[in-house]
Amino acid sequence: MTATYLGMPAFPVAARAAVADTQLRRNLGHATATIRAKRAAVVGELDDWEELRLAGAAIKDRTLRHLDHYLEQLETSLTARGATVHWAVDAAAANAVVAEVAKAHGASEVVKIKSMATQEIGLNEALEAEGIAAYETDLAELIVQLGEDKPSHILVPAIHRNRAEIREIFLRAMPDAPQGLTDRPADLAAAARAHLRRRFLSARVAVSGANFAVAETGTLTIVESEGNGRMCLTLPEVLVCVVGIEKVLPTWQDLEVFLQLLPRSSTGERMNPYTSTWSGVTPGDGPREVHVILLDNGRTRALADTVGRQALRCIRCSACLNVCPVYERAGGHAYGSVYPGPIGAILTPLLGGLTGELENSLPYASTLCGACFEACPVRIDIPEVLLHLRSKAVTAKRHPAQDAAMRTAAVVMRSPRLWSRALRLAGVTGRLFRRGRIRRLPGPGAAWTDARDAPVPARESFRDWWTRTRGSGS
Amino acid sequence: MTARDEILGRVRAALADVPGGSPDDEPVPRDYRRTHHDVDLVALFAERVADYRAVVRSVSADGLAAAIADELAGQRVVVPVDVPQTWTDGLDARRDEPPLSVEELDAVDAVLTGCALGIAETGTIVLDAGTAQGRRALTLVPDRHVCVVRADQVVADVPGAVAALDPVRPLTWISGPSATSDIELQRVEGVHGPRILIVLLVT
Repeated sequence: MTATYLGMPAFPVAARAAVADTQLRRNLGHATATIRAKRAAVVGELDDWEELRLAGAAIKDRTLRHLDHYLEQLETSLTARGATVHWAVDAAAANAVVAEVAKAHGASEVVKIKSMATQEIGLNEALEAEGIAAYETDLAELIVQLGEDKPSHILVPAIHRNRAEIREIFLRAMPDAPQGLTDRPADLAAAARAHLRRRFLSARVAVSGANFAVAETGTLTIVESEGNGRMCLTLPEVLVCVVGIEKVLPTWQDLEVFLQLLPRSSTGERMNPYTSTWSGVTPGDGPREVHVILLDNGRTRALADTVGRQALRCIRCSACLNVCPVYERAGGHAYGSVYPGPIGAILTPLLGGLTGELENSLPYASTLCGACFEACPVRIDIPEVLLHLRSKAVTAKRHPAQDAAMRTAAVVMRSPRLWSRALRLAGVTGRLFRRGRIRRLPGPGAAWTDARDAPVPARESFRDWWTRTRGSGS
Repeated sequence: MTARDEILGRVRAALADVPGGSPDDEPVPRDYRRTHHDVDLVALFAERVADYRAVVRSVSADGLAAAIADELAGQRVVVPVDVPQTWTDGLDARRDEPPLSVEELDAVDAVLTGCALGIAETGTIVLDAGTAQGRRALTLVPDRHVCVVRADQVVADVPGAVAALDPVRPLTWISGPSATSDIELQRVEGVHGPRILIVLLVT
């Protein structure tokens, strides 16, 4: 299991269909414009935002460059605080641990806090195969789960749905939805509250991810809004946390940076409604048993890429999605992965490798405008990594015609005589066209003109013009 | 080989390009501010809490009991075992001892607590299960949370709060009533946590 969805087409194919969906484009345009304005307002309040970004990036780099040290420290701290630490090489191993813990407690269902890690490993499907029902409790995840849909955004998985569509999903798939449910967001939220209440109060096993794991103190952190996280973290007897190995932070003090960066970048708030931190087991308060699964599943592969490594700084805020012109038009599903948008375009191939058509197409799902880097709270240079991955994709799968063309060009450009002859030939071609651009090239060149026009070669080269107007004496 | 050894081995192999030595050799510039505001922190705290559509009332120490009664009279209230007696005089208040079951908690209308500290910049209150705060479920299940914050508990900003808090304790940072932005990214108050948050600010 990798972060990508099975059988997804390459990005350009999926994006073409998405761009034609006017309802989707309206929903996305509205939602991303709203969140961009909110983020800009609260980021603008802090005149040291750049210093916070620099600190955030540096803390993450320090952690990643000594990840083995901090993982061992985290394990020691967690164990000392009464948590049980498991290590999972891949998705199957992590899913097996969750299922084992649930079965050990005779649980046929678990409640879940929204977590990218558990989505990445396909936990819900794996538990279902073991006869265990996994209930999503985040409102947007609930909308996706009830609608038998796929998430399309890191923070707001149902961003592609508007209120009217959400009302329809609730009426269709939520047996206890109130008669006469309106599409007012407050009424929809109240319906979700009533629907999940009993489940929270009776659940015995909860599954979460973690936003941060502090090595020094063994403290896990969940940043959330609705209180579904607090319900899952406090009421059930058993808590299983699936934590990507890149989530570790060295010290408790480091949270002072990330608890400023994350809420302002993600929901555009000074602070999100609820942040929970806990260190292992606290007698008389919350779960009696805490399991922490440290998950690799491709992270060490990404870590080995010295340019791509920086993607592991990501704190899953989704600011890069909200500012991306490509994401705003194509939507999250086109990326074919649980990680959509600019960060997904690099993270998916870094975690899973440039293995299939989808992974190889993702580094091109960008105009390289750089808005994602500007918005990133931990300064991931996404355009740099995109270019790096493009070069890897090309190197891995070179086209013989392209290689031949490049070799020919090299010979021609090395010789002044051949070069000037080639330019003159191009000028002749240019004279065949009356307009300034070529709309369709023949043969393999068609791949270029499918998406853009090709320029017409100048009728006269600069060299010829220079010789003609200044003479040859200079 | 255990999964632990395998992962740590892969991490070390992936970091072959990184020179050894102490993590502290990697510089972390901490040039950000410790505080964004220095004066009128209590007023700023009140304003920022209210921004989340929580109710904020400034009261004097002498007026606190009356303010509590105003907010909670006639309701079934649960309180941590160690809240001051003066807070609960005249209320239908039940102390969490022995601890209420989840069903019992679900049947009360409100919870009354103190807090560990407040953060002015972000309008946040933090509970650390310390004095007058009780276990985490107390302030989660009831629909109305009345929280008493003393002016001297308000710190300026997030770094000061992190420094003052003990990570060993289970912490809950609360910024307004429970809310969601999951529908069209508009904030709506009132999902699973308390839908009403009332902060009594003792000045």
